[in-house]
This record gives sequence, C-alpha cells and structure tokens, in this order.
Amino acid sequence: MGRGVRVEGMLFVPQRFLCLGIRTQLLKTVSSLRSFRFSALATMASKHKNAKRIEGLDSNVWVEFTKVAADPSIVNLGQGLPDISPPSYVKEELAKAAAVDRLNQYTRGFGHPALVKVLSQVYEKICGRKIDPYTDILVTVGGYGSLFSAMQALIEEGDEVIIIEPFYDCYEPMVKMAGAKPVFIPLRDKKAGNSASSADWVLDPTELASKFNSKTKAIILNTPHNPIGKVYTKEELQLIADLCIKHDSLCISDEVYEWLVYTGNKHIKIATLPGMWERTVTIGSAGKTYSVTGWKLGWSIGPQHLIKHLQVVQQNTLYTCSTPLQEALAQAFLIDFKRMDDPDCYFYSLSRELEGKRNRMAQLLQEVGLKPVIPDGGYFMIVDVSALDVDLSDMVEDRPYDYKFVTWMIKSKKLSAIPLTAFCGLETKEQFEKYIRFCFIKQDSTLDAAEMILKKWSKQTA
Amino acid sequence: MLRRAGLSLGQFLWRRKSSAEFSCSIGEAKMSRPVQAQRLEGLDKNVWVEFVKLAATYPTVNLGQGFPDFSPPDFVKEAFVKAVSGENAMLHQYTRVFGHPALVTILARFFGKLLGQDIDPLTNVMVTVGAYEALFCCFQALVDSGDEVIIIEPYFDCYEPMVKMAGGTPVFIPLRPKTPAPGKLMSSGDWQLDPAELASKFTRRTKAIVLNSPNNPLGKVFSKKEMEIIADLCVKHDVLCFSDEVYEWLVYDGKKHIRIASLPGMWDRTITIGSAGKTFSATGWKVGWMFGPDHLVKHLRTVHQNCVYHCPTAAQEAVAQGFQREFEHYGKPESYFVQLPQELQQKRDRLVQSLLAVGMKPIIPEGTYFLIADLSDFKAEVPNLPDCEEPYDSRFIKWMIKNKGLAAIPVSAFYSTAQKRNFDHLIRFCFVKEEATLKAAEDILQQWKLKKTGP
Repeated sequence: MGRGVRVEGMLFVPQRFLCLGIRTQLLKTVSSLRSFRFSALATMASKHKNAKRIEGLDSNVWVEFTKVAADPSIVNLGQGLPDISPPSYVKEELAKAAAVDRLNQYTRGFGHPALVKVLSQVYEKICGRKIDPYTDILVTVGGYGSLFSAMQALIEEGDEVIIIEPFYDCYEPMVKMAGAKPVFIPLRDKKAGNSASSADWVLDPTELASKFNSKTKAIILNTPHNPIGKVYTKEELQLIADLCIKHDSLCISDEVYEWLVYTGNKHIKIATLPGMWERTVTIGSAGKTYSVTGWKLGWSIGPQHLIKHLQVVQQNTLYTCSTPLQEALAQAFLIDFKRMDDPDCYFYSLSRELEGKRNRMAQLLQEVGLKPVIPDGGYFMIVDVSALDVDLSDMVEDRPYDYKFVTWMIKSKKLSAIPLTAFCGLETKEQFEKYIRFCFIKQDSTLDAAEMILKKWSKQTA
Repeated sequence: MLRRAGLSLGQFLWRRKSSAEFSCSIGEAKMSRPVQAQRLEGLDKNVWVEFVKLAATYPTVNLGQGFPDFSPPDFVKEAFVKAVSGENAMLHQYTRVFGHPALVTILARFFGKLLGQDIDPLTNVMVTVGAYEALFCCFQALVDSGDEVIIIEPYFDCYEPMVKMAGGTPVFIPLRPKTPAPGKLMSSGDWQLDPAELASKFTRRTKAIVLNSPNNPLGKVFSKKEMEIIADLCVKHDVLCFSDEVYEWLVYDGKKHIRIASLPGMWDRTITIGSAGKTFSATGWKVGWMFGPDHLVKHLRTVHQNCVYHCPTAAQEAVAQGFQREFEHYGKPESYFVQLPQELQQKRDRLVQSLLAVGMKPIIPEGTYFLIADLSDFKAEVPNLPDCEEPYDSRFIKWMIKNKGLAAIPVSAFYSTAQKRNFDHLIRFCFVKEEATLKAAEDILQQWKLKKTGP
C-alpha cells in the first residue's frame, strides 16, 4: 500500500491506516535506494494512467496518414479534404460576421438562433414534417461532434451497436468509449470481387436480421456511404427500418454527404420512413455541404425526446460552438434555401461538379488497368489494387496488404490514398485489404498530377 | 458493471426489456425503454441555459453571463478577417488534429518562456474547442469510476457534472471567508482554504484536484504560498492537478498570477488550461488549449480525437497571430495583456462604488472580471423562504431581472448541493462591459437606492 514519492533527494513513504474512520499518517524518511525509486516511479505512473474508457483507442488512421501525406510533393488523394475553394459567398459571410462585435461572443449553447432556424426550414422542406429549431436540432463541432454527442447521450455499457462495414473509422472507437459493444456486418460485393458500382455492395437481409437482439441499442447508418459511395435505396432502408422498429432500436444516421448524389440516384432520409422519426438522429455537416471542412460545424436533427439528451451532453462537453462560423453558415444556408428549387443551388451545383470529377477519376484508373468501384454518391472511390500485383514482401511489418501498399505508393509513386482496412473490424480485414480509397474532391491541377503519375505507372508495368 | 450496482433489480430488469414485449405499430412508434445513457443522470440542469434565456427574454442590462459586450482588439479581429478572406483557401479546411501548427508553436514558445520550461508544440500542447473542451478531455482521459476529484468551492459550475459524467466522485472543500481588517472592504483574498481541512480531503482514491486561479466567481488569485500548500499535497499524494487558468491575464492591484505547473514537482502532474475567449475577449471563437507533460497530454489527445477530432482552422490562425503580436510586445504598455487588466480594474472599482451606494456589500476581486455582492444586509422585496427549494439568490435575481432590468448570476450555482444553503445570499456581476452598459447598471442601482431611501 505504500507509495514512494521522491522529493528533494529524500524518499518519503506515506503510510495510511484506515482504522474505524480515523486516519493517521506516518512519514518515514528513507535513504534513496535505486530499486525503491524505480518502484516509486512505477506506482506514480499507475496513478497517471488513462481512464479505462480510452483503453486501446489511441491509434487513429488519420493522424498517421495525414502526417505522411503532409509532404507537398505528394499528390494527396487520401484524406477527405477538398482542395477546391468554398463558394465565395460563404467566405464573404464569414468575413462579414467577424466584423460584428456581438458575433465574436458566446451564442446560444444548442445552436445559434439564426442557424437553427434556417436548418429547420431546409430540413422541413426535405422531410415534409415540422422541425422545431430549439428542441429538435443541436449544432455540434462537425458531423464528428454529432456522432460523439449521440453516442454519449444514448449508448452505454451493456448496449450493442450495429456497425456496417466498411465504416467511417470513428464509429468503432466512439461505441467503445461509450462502453458498448460494436457488432459488425459487412456490405458484400454481389458481383463477388468484380464490382463496378457502389450499388453492387449490399447487406444480406438474413445476416442483418441475425445481428439484432434485445441488447441492440442502435444501428449506425451512413448514406451516402464513406468509403464505398453507396446510396442506400428505399428498399434497403426499409429493411433496416423494419428491424429497428421490431427490436425497438435507435438509428444514428450519418448523412453528411447527403447532397452529393449522382445521376440516377436519390438520397433518402431513413427518418422519413414510417415509424422512424421517433427513433432516428440524423447528422449533417457544413464541411461537406459547403466544402469548408475547417469550419467544423455539424448538426443533429431528431425528435425532442432524443435530441434533449444530446443537448445535455453538449452542455457538459463544450457548451457552445463558434458564433461567427454559425452566423456565416446561417447566411449561406439562407441564400441556398431560397433557391432550393433552382438548379443553381450550391447543393446541386457542387454535386454536378463532383460527378464530372468522379467520372474523370474513374477513367484515369480504368486506363491503367484498374477496376474502380464507381460511387453513386460521396466524394470517395475505392479500387481493387491486387491486379497491379505489387511485390511488397520486403515490407516486414505485420500489417494488412492495403496499409503496406499505400505506404509504398506514397513513398515510391508520390501518390496518397487511404487503406480500406482502416474502415473495417478485425474479422473482415481479409475481405477488404485489396482495396484503397481515393478522394476526388480535388481541383483540376491535382487530378492532372494524379493522372500523370498513374500514366507513368502504367507504362512502367506494361 | 460497477455503475449498475446502484440500480435495484427491478429497475435493472426493466432496462433490459426483451424485444418481444414491444408492440410494433406503424406510425409514431416510440421507444419503450429508457433511452438516455446513465452517465447523464442528474446532469440535465444548467445555470447558463436557464439564466441566459431569462436575460434574453426580458429587457435587461446584462451583467450576468461572462462575456465582453465590446469588441476583441483590432489586431486579432483583423487577423481573423484576413484568415477567412485571404488567398489561402486551405484555412477553410481541416488543420492538424491536435492544433494548428502556427498556434501550437507560438503557444509553446510563449508559455515555455513564462514557465521557464521546455514545451514541445507537438507533444506538450493541444488545442481544444474552448477551455471547456480541455476540461472535458482532462476528466474523460484521466478520471475513472471510483476516482475522487477535489473541487474548491465556489467553482465554475461545469467541474462537478464533468467529474460525474466521467464516473468520478467530486470531493468539495470551501474557501472560507475571514473577517477583513476593520474599515476595509472584504476582498477575495480574505477567502481562504484551511490547510488541515484541505489535507484531510486527500485520500487513496484522490486522482486529481481542480484549481481555478484566478477564480470564477470569487475573483480570488491564489498566492504562491497557497499554491505551495496545494502543490505539496499533490506531490505527497501523487495527485494530478487540472489548472484552469483562463483568467490568467486579469489580475489587479499589482497581484501576480502564479502558474502552479512552475512549482517544484508540478510540471509532471499538471494540465494547464487557457482560453482565447478570455485572453482576447473573443468568447464566441471557442478556441482553448492545454499544455502539460506528454505522458498525460497523450491521453487527452486520445479523447480529443474520438470526440471532436479537429478544431476550426481560421480562428486558430487568428489566435496564433494574436499571440505572436503579444509575444513581441510582452510587458510593454501597448500589450493587450497589460491594457485589458488596467481597463478592467477601473471598471471593477466603479462597480464597487455603485454597489456600496445601494447597500450591497461587494467582495473586491483580485482577478477575473467577476465581482460578488453580498446581500446579507440588503433589505429586498424578496422574502427569505427557508423551506423553498429554490435558493434565495436565484429568486432574488429573477426578481431583479423582471423588476429592475438588471441581470446577474446566483452564486449558489457555483456551490455543491451540501453548501448551497450556506452561500445563497451572494450574487455575481460581470464587469467586462462597455461604458454604456456599466453606466446603465449604475443608473439602475442609483434609482434603486433612491427608491429605498426615499420618503
């Protein structure tokens, strides 16, 4: 029970005796012994140990790969970071907001009034139902912050949360940090390794049903999907909805890429299906909507009886989000809300712009003999690299093939991507380790540079 | 399963209701089981949500919530406008997760110099969404179920729910007011910890102590001697120190802000927290930071990367520019860190006079931009109701908002449940307000005084 603490060259060993509620302290001065000091430091280290909730959650694919790709000589198609400019009116609104005294001070904790009002207008129009800006909406630090608030508010030890693989990597550690158990189910390529479209990747209904039980607190849905780009159809959403209702589970629906759906596809909100509004938290992101990932503003929308708990988390975690950013976002949304029936609305014009980039990216990859999985939405594309048959046997680390491939590609081809197994649970790594993910929300010059690298690469392997 | 121990078996079984008992009805199907996580139990009330709403509902001169009603200094506002409208569009995209490079670099340099400590920008510093998130990371990273955390009363109200949300047990110790010397007004310096009482709060389970100096709401600036007492106990019991120093620049009457991390044995066990909101009068930017030893900060990084992940970029760039400018002007008369406390000291003194005139007893703060007024001898229209659940100061302020158009914050909100009754005749005023606001407050107090002393 004794712990040693080293103070000014002498070792004090406090010993406490708890006896009938009376505490006495004995201080012993002991000459410094090397072995004693070692044990003292060891026990000091144990007092400084991390809380159990974050055990094993320290590694993070982004921290690793963004460091590597920060080299400006590398063509960065890795992290989902637009290098295109946000629309000028969005930047202007922020500059305007920053010039107003009051807007540099605290605003309403659960969301700046101007912002929650316009969000309610935009989403009322889409959902066809009344959304109260004060009780049904919470503004958070990015879509990330909404995911965290939802998990902390609604998930705890004893709960199970279904995660569809591949998944945006933070879902798993967030579920674990909330003390719950992640239950995985993979999307499966119905073309058995030959998929050409994100629509080929589907859930097996029986398999999905088997994952639900009385402990299932929630399922996390991500549509449009990162990394594959799948846009769930109504039938697929109905399947999930039926199970949620049957098992009385919640749905945390990450819809940050909601505006980025390409020709022939429609984004459907699971919250609009019968029986789902009451059990769904829908998450959106300014970063993806307006190409301003560095603003870190997102929102959760849902019924008051769920959102109120996310609001409690907010008031105990960061209290409020940035005021000038929220004001600027509100103004930008007002501009686009007014033209929501107009093709010039940024929500649709960005999507058209990205569809062009998607097609170009796909072509570049096809021209070098690769088979990309063309996404129906989002700004990522996965591609099977096993056809390139790159010999990585001299890379000794025990890591999945895609990690080694990306590390090698960054080093030798100066092109970065993200390994797909970063988005999987342990059991499915083998299924996904031949895929890597490219991000195509990049300006033309970046895509030109990527094209050059890929063309040169294909010449070398020919 | 330790947390479940508190539930009765019946409650436990109810929470684990089987799906077979739920009726599937199409339409507005509701959840049949309790939906929120237990960690939120008892955390739903919040003084700010309540009183900010009230102050916004009625026309008031708002000396309640702590935020300046004047602008941040020009050099920092300009830096922000430049960052968002300049040529570098990448300032609208993600920056480094643990802090924008320009910001962590200048913070490391600036505070390294002040502490006489080698601070590495990448491993010893982290940027957070306000000091609030830094506090949250401390508790989530380092406090577990069963851990005790010592909180000095009165305390910034979020400490208690944050400790609880992390599964910890708050252990409170009050600052005790000593009678000031005859003829002197009470000062925040007259409120002190009893060293023996403090020592008795440290147990085997004590994981950390939260220190807030300068203290909100009291304004106390802990002296070196007082800090040494705390530091000695931390070292002796191997306890961590979460040091909330957001008001570090706002110290008056020649007092000195001491950083506890600079005391012997403390760097290795202290997380020091700061705030751009308070430093640069830009509370709406929500940029905060912490620094400390890597072996502790690394755990806060883990929480941060699983919580908000990045902080907004542009404001970080602006704060970095602000600090660069202050680094160059440090200690000089044109430094904002010199000018702001000078300005605020005058505002403080003015408010003190107005409160004295109306019969409230101000407790002169040595720091921060808050001032507590003692209502014990103040004859008010608000009756003492010993059986009323709502504390006196809360009822008083609600009356004052509605009838006098002046807002403040009840100090009982900064006390634990056990102590609320003992400190419920104190109200907190915020004086980081422009001339017009303080003049308006003065007028209200003057009118009030006339009404009380009139025929």
